[in-house]
Amino acid sequence: MIEVKHISKTFRVSRRSAGFSEAFKALFHRQYECIKALDDISFTIEDGEMVGYIGPNGAGKSSTIKVLSGILTPDQGQCNIDGRVPWKNRIEHVRDIGVVFGQRSQLWWDVPVIDSFELLRDIYRIAARTYKDNLEELVTLLNLEDIIRTPARQLSLGQRMRCEIAASLLHSPKILFLDEPTIGLDAVSKLAVREFILQRNKTHKTTVILTTHDMQDIESLTKRIILIGKGKILMDGSLEEIRKQVETSGQNADELSIDEIVASLYHKYQIS
Amino acid sequence: MSLYMKFMGIHLKGAMQYKISYLLTMLGQFLVSFNVFLGILFMFDRFHEVKSYRFSEVLLCYSIVLFSFSFAEMFMRGFDAFASTIGNGEFDRILLRPRNIILLVVSSKIDFTRFGRMIQAVIILIYGIRKSELVWGPARILTLLLMIAGGVVIFGCLFLVYASICFFTLEGLEFMNILTDGAREYGRYPFDVYGKAVMRFCTYLVPYTLFQYYPFQYLIGRTDRLYYLLYPLIGCLFMIPCLVLWRFGVRHYQSTGS
Repeated sequence: MIEVKHISKTFRVSRRSAGFSEAFKALFHRQYECIKALDDISFTIEDGEMVGYIGPNGAGKSSTIKVLSGILTPDQGQCNIDGRVPWKNRIEHVRDIGVVFGQRSQLWWDVPVIDSFELLRDIYRIAARTYKDNLEELVTLLNLEDIIRTPARQLSLGQRMRCEIAASLLHSPKILFLDEPTIGLDAVSKLAVREFILQRNKTHKTTVILTTHDMQDIESLTKRIILIGKGKILMDGSLEEIRKQVETSGQNADELSIDEIVASLYHKYQIS
Repeated sequence: MSLYMKFMGIHLKGAMQYKISYLLTMLGQFLVSFNVFLGILFMFDRFHEVKSYRFSEVLLCYSIVLFSFSFAEMFMRGFDAFASTIGNGEFDRILLRPRNIILLVVSSKIDFTRFGRMIQAVIILIYGIRKSELVWGPARILTLLLMIAGGVVIFGCLFLVYASICFFTLEGLEFMNILTDGAREYGRYPFDVYGKAVMRFCTYLVPYTLFQYYPFQYLIGRTDRLYYLLYPLIGCLFMIPCLVLWRFGVRHYQSTGS
């Protein structure tokens, strides 16, 4: 179970106007602006749940994932994941989670994917038997047989993403964080990735937390949606509840596509 | 350690993918190393004595410092490129692995072309020992080993400090190179030749003298104080403030936007 209570995180960002003289001034006197990436965030996610975490760019989605996975230490607040505090019990915590960053690779670039998998086996100290079973299962379900011996840099984006997902599940984590897993994928790959995530959640009861801009991802994968904007949680509910919210603001939700519904939500909360 | 070897394997496999590039870099590194080696020989050919230290003594001192530096550099290479590790978000990934962070950073970048320098350091060390005209009893050998070990630890700590600073500035600071590369260059002479102020700096701020000057006095027979050979171990206490700074840096890590 994931329990997040009143988490806040502030970043200091330096600001200056364009131009050489401004750059020169900034050398001596720098102006900082504090940006609240996360502002009093609280939610609870049960085991085996699939949650879509949405919001416009810069809303704090990635920051939340980074706090939950132990990368960032928040300024305030508590977080308890299966009895662990991510940033304090980092090693025990990360053994039990898998993280996929859609925009960044975790595979070693120049070697065949299978070599990366074997290194991960050693990093996570996965028992030989478990590794073999997990690898077999992932290779079959994600259809990796033909690409596993190719260096990661020569894979297409869709192939690479399937390998990334496999790489983060080799140690059979209980929780899977997916940060924009379908970004840039073609229709076939997207469908394959979605289908796999659904299966995984059903068969292994893996908790999935998904951030995305692709509303079809949300529609086909999650029942529960958390909407975040400017560091605050604005909504936490099902897709149906969101539709109702939009209807009360005078629009007919049935006629709108999910993208339009979300856009009108962003508009309503003035976060876009 | 076994994990480090595994990482080494994967870097080696990667390096082999670009055979020509790898060979050319290796060749370049070798030429540069060879050049430095010749420079040292010519220099020692001219100056026979500095502040009452004989040629053979200076050579031994330099070879020990160079060896510890090269050894530390080879294994701590990951810290050297730490600014880019933070900049491109690789450090996020490192934090997601259930292993010691320092070990993971160190194994994230292993540069095999540095072997060239290491080989050069070994050659000079052997040359220095053979030229030293000393009788190598167990106490002397122990002193030599402790000096090297102490040097590796202290240079390693300096690389760690360098990396810790990156958490706050996001760029490596050039002045840190004075403490690492500078110490390698100036460390060819026992630090007392530079006068009292430098000696103090190199004892109380960064404890170079604890692995170089003091045990070296015992090594070349200038003093009978056997306890000088334990000074490198005291120098290792330098690790504590460095590790504290590192942990402080990790806690303040801000990550990068995606």
